[in-house]
Amino acid sequence: MPRFKARFDRLSHLFFPLSVLVILLIINLLKGADYFKITMVNGVLYGNIPNILYGASELVILSIGMTLVTAAARGQDISIGESGAISSAIFVQYVLNAGEVTIWTILVGFLISCVAGLVIGAFNGTLVSFFNVQPMVATLILFLGGRSIAFIIDGKVSPILANPISNKIGTVIPGVPIQTPIILTAVFIALVAVVLKTTNLRLYVEAVGINPNAARLNGINPKKVIFLTFLLMGVCSAVAGFIAVNKVGRHDSVNLLKFIMMDAILAVALGGNSLSGGKFSITGSIIGAYTIEVLNRTLLRLEVNPEAIKAFKAVFIIILMIVASPVVRVYARKCLGKVKTFVAGNAIGKPGGLNQAVISSMDSSAKKEE
Amino acid sequence: MQTEIILKMEGICKSFPGVRALHNVDFVLRKGEIHALMGENGAGKSTLTKILNGVYEKDAGRIMIEGRPVHFKSPQDAQNMGIGTVFQEIALCPNLTVAENMFIGRSRDVFVNWKQMNEKAAAMLRSLGIPASPTQELASCSIAVQQMIAIARAVDMDCKILILDEPTSSLDEDEVQKLFALMRELKARGVGIIFITHFLDQVYAISDRITVLRNGELIGEYLTAELPQIELVAKMMGKALSDVSAMKKQEPSKSDKRVPVFAAKELSSAAGVKPFDFTIHKGEVNGFAGLLGSGRSESVRAIFAADKITGGEVKINGKRVKIRTPLHAMKHGIGYLPEDRKSEGIIDELSVRDNIILALQVMKGFFKPLARKQAEEFANQYIKLLDIKTPSLDTPIKSLSGGNQQKVILARWLLTHPMYLILDEPTRGIDVGTKVEIQKLVLKLAADGMSLTFISSEIDEMLRVCSRLIVMKDREIVGELSGENMTEQNVMHMIAQGGK
Repeated sequence: MPRFKARFDRLSHLFFPLSVLVILLIINLLKGADYFKITMVNGVLYGNIPNILYGASELVILSIGMTLVTAAARGQDISIGESGAISSAIFVQYVLNAGEVTIWTILVGFLISCVAGLVIGAFNGTLVSFFNVQPMVATLILFLGGRSIAFIIDGKVSPILANPISNKIGTVIPGVPIQTPIILTAVFIALVAVVLKTTNLRLYVEAVGINPNAARLNGINPKKVIFLTFLLMGVCSAVAGFIAVNKVGRHDSVNLLKFIMMDAILAVALGGNSLSGGKFSITGSIIGAYTIEVLNRTLLRLEVNPEAIKAFKAVFIIILMIVASPVVRVYARKCLGKVKTFVAGNAIGKPGGLNQAVISSMDSSAKKEE
Repeated sequence: MQTEIILKMEGICKSFPGVRALHNVDFVLRKGEIHALMGENGAGKSTLTKILNGVYEKDAGRIMIEGRPVHFKSPQDAQNMGIGTVFQEIALCPNLTVAENMFIGRSRDVFVNWKQMNEKAAAMLRSLGIPASPTQELASCSIAVQQMIAIARAVDMDCKILILDEPTSSLDEDEVQKLFALMRELKARGVGIIFITHFLDQVYAISDRITVLRNGELIGEYLTAELPQIELVAKMMGKALSDVSAMKKQEPSKSDKRVPVFAAKELSSAAGVKPFDFTIHKGEVNGFAGLLGSGRSESVRAIFAADKITGGEVKINGKRVKIRTPLHAMKHGIGYLPEDRKSEGIIDELSVRDNIILALQVMKGFFKPLARKQAEEFANQYIKLLDIKTPSLDTPIKSLSGGNQQKVILARWLLTHPMYLILDEPTRGIDVGTKVEIQKLVLKLAADGMSLTFISSEIDEMLRVCSRLIVMKDREIVGELSGENMTEQNVMHMIAQGGK
């Protein structure tokens, strides 16, 4: 029993992101009971759930990187979409210039784009860790210039990536019932899990994010750790860019992964992570990323005018953030305590139980008003 | 004129939850006087000044300014009564100009007459002899000049009483002299100055009177000229000069051939300690004695390369090695428990387990994480060994008491099996029981062959634990005491006379 409790405590930080997800799913179920229905078309599974997993793949991958950067650097990388656009532009150019496209062409192109991601990560990481530039300011550079660079690499507007292998990566591989981006995302998550298991990444990143001074006096070089998180962010961007470009089949340097950093930051926050660094939960961020995708689709399902979706999303997020804020949490705990004492008072049969509880709650609310 | 009293504080009491910070303290400040407020850490100096400038409200007692009783509800009240404060950390805006800094937030007008403001500032700077131009950006001035501008700002608010809290701690000697010149100028104008510093020589260079506090109580008020340095040190430490308690003498090192474990020559660091030589032998416990700010922490930090090393050579077990980062030091078997537990020791949100295994884990390397089971085993072993009271291994360390936090940090270093462990104030702010436990542990570790450096503000503790004391003053080693010579009196004599 105590072991269960310990495990429960360890998972308690997932309570908030999971409950948001569940609320959204319930709203969807109320709208139509067939929400979870999955149909088989041409040997592939389709339905709301597969669509969500498919649609969120880039965001999930990016939110993993964003979690690490946030935890160590106590700030966010806002150039991830641009970084993905650049590395995928390089991938597309490699494939287009390679002549015959084989699985090896794609693989080499992917690895090259990952190297490009590393270079971009190194650039951002150097600015943040060695020159002490605020993460958002440092990454603002590529946020502004990144898409131009991607366009220069493209050489023209939207080069088309038309080959059967890319098509399979972007949609489905015949004979496999699950869409490829979902599989790729799952593989990526598994890889991250392995990295977290076989290295001290978590301990180093958390130590640096919580107390860089103490980390340094224990032999950790905070600069190197922050730099490393930006490298990993670069790889995440490259992978997300790779998936995104294969999904749409052309490289649109203007719209590819546009404004996705906002969703990624939101996913990190929804996942229960502090945006000012420290302890982190990648599981939380992944749930957060899927939650955002569900939210987008829910609003569509509720037939909100596509032009108005952003406003609704904003309202929803404001409500979420206020509910999850420490101010409300403390207040909720206080109210809960009052209810408990009230119930206890009643159970004992104290005549004053009710009055006291009411009076004290009135007192506290009066104080609040002041 | 000299005897005109401008401030009288009587029977001031102040308690914080669990701590009696001030008890029945009197303080008198005269017009045109520089009055040094002295005491070791936790003596109540800052509490007293914070009551005076309205940051805290007193629990009991009276404050009278120029004979009229006053009651401050906020720092603003105190400012209006002519009490100015300049803190150790300069509380100005570095990216504004000098004049803006002097007048910012002072008027209720929405519009600013820049020309008038700059002229006023220029006149002020000239009259006080501060080498700065009003339109210059504050950040381009040296720290000393910034300090002076902070003072000028306070003075301009018609201040009769000026509190200077450690104004000289980040200044070099030239800058200190400039600051002193300004203080003398203000003194001549009749401002009463309360001067807080840890540098004894500065107290004697500038102050007229000294008030000593200890453990929240008033020890006495003295004329600087009539109080020899040695007596001041004795009063601050709370030991009468003649009070030679029967101290249990430390056994001299058992092994005759003393093996130097760590030896440094001309070691210096960016933290500003003068190059020093230092050796420690196997199984020895030595200590750095000296008042706060004497450079004892900076010295041990240099040994661990916690600050940037600027010179010197280091030998470990007779072999020359290069120690440039804490990781190098750790790999050579040195451990360091920092003085400031909160900002440099604990990683407050991490669990007790992670805090215990941190140093060992880092030494093993990035790609070799301890298995969870192994980590738990290690943590449990030391929780038992040091009797750490924690609800569970997963409890964040910040929810433990100070003493238990300190034990966790100790466990962290013991787990790395260092051959030389530096403990900087391991017993500060923890309860008496734990203090004794830690002292015993230090002696036991030394008996097992570990070398240790033990630093404490409490001289008793060092005399009990250390077999050799290195005495520091004003960031310099002024002497060494061991065996029979190691007495409180000798330490005080060395601090008072040393370096001259």
